[in-house]
Amino acid sequence: MSALLEITGVSKQYPGVLANDNISLSVSAGEVVALLGENGAGKSTLLKAVFGLVKPDSGEIKIGGDPITFGDTAGIISRGVGMVHQHFQLVPVMTVAENIILGDEPKSGLFINMKAARNEIIALSKRYGLEVDPDAVIEDLPVGMQQRVEILKALRKDVKLLILDEPTAVLTPQEIDELLSVVRNLAKSGVGIVLITHKLHEVMAVADRVVVLRGGKLIGTTTPKETDEAGLAQMMVGRSVVLQVNRTEAKRGSVVLEVKGLQVRDDRKILSVKGVDLSLHKGEILGIAGVEGNGQREFVEAICGMRQREAGEVLINGVATKDMHPHAVHEAGISHIPEDREKHGLVATYSISDNLILNQFDQEPFAKGWIRNLSEISKNAIAMVEKFDIRTPSPFNTAGSLSGGNKQKVVVARELSEELPVLIAAQPTRGVDVGSIEFIHNQLISARDKGAAVLLVSAELDEILSLSDRIAVMSGGKIVAIVDSKGADRNYIGRLMAGLDK
Amino acid sequence: MPLALAAMVGIMCERTGIVNIGIEGTLLLSSFVAFYFAIAAKSIVIGFLAAMATGVAMSLLLALMSVTWKMDQIIAGTIINILATGLTSFFYIQGNMLPSMFKQKPIPGLSNLPFFGDVLFKHGLLMYLGFVVIITLYYALFHTPWGLRSRAVGEHPSAADTAGVSVAKMRYLNVAIAGAIGGLCGSYLVLELVGSWNRGFTAGKGFTALALMIFGRWNPMGALAAAMFFGLAQAGANQLMINGTVNIPPQFVGILPYVMTIIVLAISAGKVRPPAAEGQPYEKGQS
Repeated sequence: MSALLEITGVSKQYPGVLANDNISLSVSAGEVVALLGENGAGKSTLLKAVFGLVKPDSGEIKIGGDPITFGDTAGIISRGVGMVHQHFQLVPVMTVAENIILGDEPKSGLFINMKAARNEIIALSKRYGLEVDPDAVIEDLPVGMQQRVEILKALRKDVKLLILDEPTAVLTPQEIDELLSVVRNLAKSGVGIVLITHKLHEVMAVADRVVVLRGGKLIGTTTPKETDEAGLAQMMVGRSVVLQVNRTEAKRGSVVLEVKGLQVRDDRKILSVKGVDLSLHKGEILGIAGVEGNGQREFVEAICGMRQREAGEVLINGVATKDMHPHAVHEAGISHIPEDREKHGLVATYSISDNLILNQFDQEPFAKGWIRNLSEISKNAIAMVEKFDIRTPSPFNTAGSLSGGNKQKVVVARELSEELPVLIAAQPTRGVDVGSIEFIHNQLISARDKGAAVLLVSAELDEILSLSDRIAVMSGGKIVAIVDSKGADRNYIGRLMAGLDK
Repeated sequence: MPLALAAMVGIMCERTGIVNIGIEGTLLLSSFVAFYFAIAAKSIVIGFLAAMATGVAMSLLLALMSVTWKMDQIIAGTIINILATGLTSFFYIQGNMLPSMFKQKPIPGLSNLPFFGDVLFKHGLLMYLGFVVIITLYYALFHTPWGLRSRAVGEHPSAADTAGVSVAKMRYLNVAIAGAIGGLCGSYLVLELVGSWNRGFTAGKGFTALALMIFGRWNPMGALAAAMFFGLAQAGANQLMINGTVNIPPQFVGILPYVMTIIVLAISAGKVRPPAAEGQPYEKGQS
């Protein structure tokens, strides 16, 4: 059988990230291929390239044997490719019908034939068992229903290749079952399907073949028969080489940070932290392990005052921090290395020296009353650049001019220099080169040894294993287990991360 | 009426996500071109066509700056305004006369209707054309594939893009049509309504039109109604001045329509909702 989709040697470089590194992949008719990988592994970029929305730097993409042209999305659609995008591609103020027919509208004369559109949609939704109201306005619909509209939109044409980019992330279990049976039926009728998902049991349930991406590279191909969910988790999560960190026994002290029954909603207003209890002691590193997107980001943001809490309490030294502003949280004694350094960690257009004091700009010695003390600021900058090995021609260059690893060092330097009682480090080594990783790890250990309570959130299981004194595993918005890192079983934690062994 | 047409220019642009504050400049330059081409060619029809071409050219410049170069659209519009002021001031020569004007052509029968006859059916050719444009635009925007795509591009460009609608093409096309309407409006002002041209001829009509567009909720019919409301206020102010009913300086009476517009806008501002992607350049592949 000839391949429906053939990707040969596709690479795509974004500023600072190689999103796709020489990826080759093919999908045949009637086959369900699951594309696995953590966020940022390059799955979405690859599939957007297939849809003509991203232009690869090199390589070739063929659909039905013919190469595609970048930008020719309409042409690609007409060749039978449908895509359900991870971020909804629906116009919120328009109706279901208008959204589905957009780009290929039934006409009578010059005008849109709304009646025909409506009938077509009702027929379509009957055919696939996905009921929708054609006249409902998108923004009034719950997300599950919006997802349905997205899927119908993709199915409307005679689809030969259907790409589903995390279609189940927002669906209820019943809706997921429905969707998976739709997927199976489509495959039976000869449609080739590419499915991106983080949920391993879905992969095991429907995929014929599993392709794993990590860091833009194709790591391996397997089938559900050859492996199990734990095996997939290991392929996804990464190297089995544990980075060796010299670490002495923790001297655990009293509880500094206490979280009780915390519930938080994510950007889509879905409850993503579903009741977390956790206490963090002085002088320990508590690692939170978990596949990304299981509520870790929302959890950290809620503690740091960057996101509203739905329910629950956060206590610092026994004092409640109800809905505190990030600045107040910082005053209360929490320093925070944010997950997204570009967005929350730095002001790219400010100098490195200013970025290094962003958390203390209004305090002595960097300010006296209303006046900034520039000589102290530059003295501090020179010292920090030296101590944290920030590679820059001058500490007065803009932070935006630094490489990713050095930007991260600026954030780490700033947050560690104050020696606050609690340090929350979210993905502290993301996108950082190996040398800097080691350095940052040692800094975290030494902060602990000085008596700080460190909460380390990382998607890299190896990082968690090598740094943490205790490991909390987060899955589906809950802490599913807390284990001592001594003698922790990597495979067991991997299975917990994948949502098994509850 | 010219205000309603000028507001159409804004609606055409903003519905696809382009903020056009260069309407004033488009009106100024196209009315200028209409005037001098009509004189040079001794034909008001040629003046009218030249004005349309000018409007389209100005629009393409705006599209080039804001779609292709992804410039800040406020700056792009300001450039157009400055360009129009500069060009018209530089080439302005006093004391020219139009060979003729578009004359009133009352529509037989209908123009005898009480009130509506005077308001709607006793105008020149360009005015009638303007009415046709507004009504066509209304139906086109809400009932044709083109309109659906235009609105999608203005609300959620990546949704349109993933549905196979080219965002850049739609924006260029619609901004160009807007320019043609601007040209029509400019030539109406000079060739049908006033008959002469002087510096600063359009006197802020382009900006008033933007306010009316918002007041009319980016809907052609709404903007027409808003323009009529504004016209009524202006007529009322004129009456007050002519009759001398009130003993206040005429300047204060003159600002009445503008003050009313500000008040109405301020009241309705919280409730109106502009196209979501207005003013944002579209980068492919970023969603």
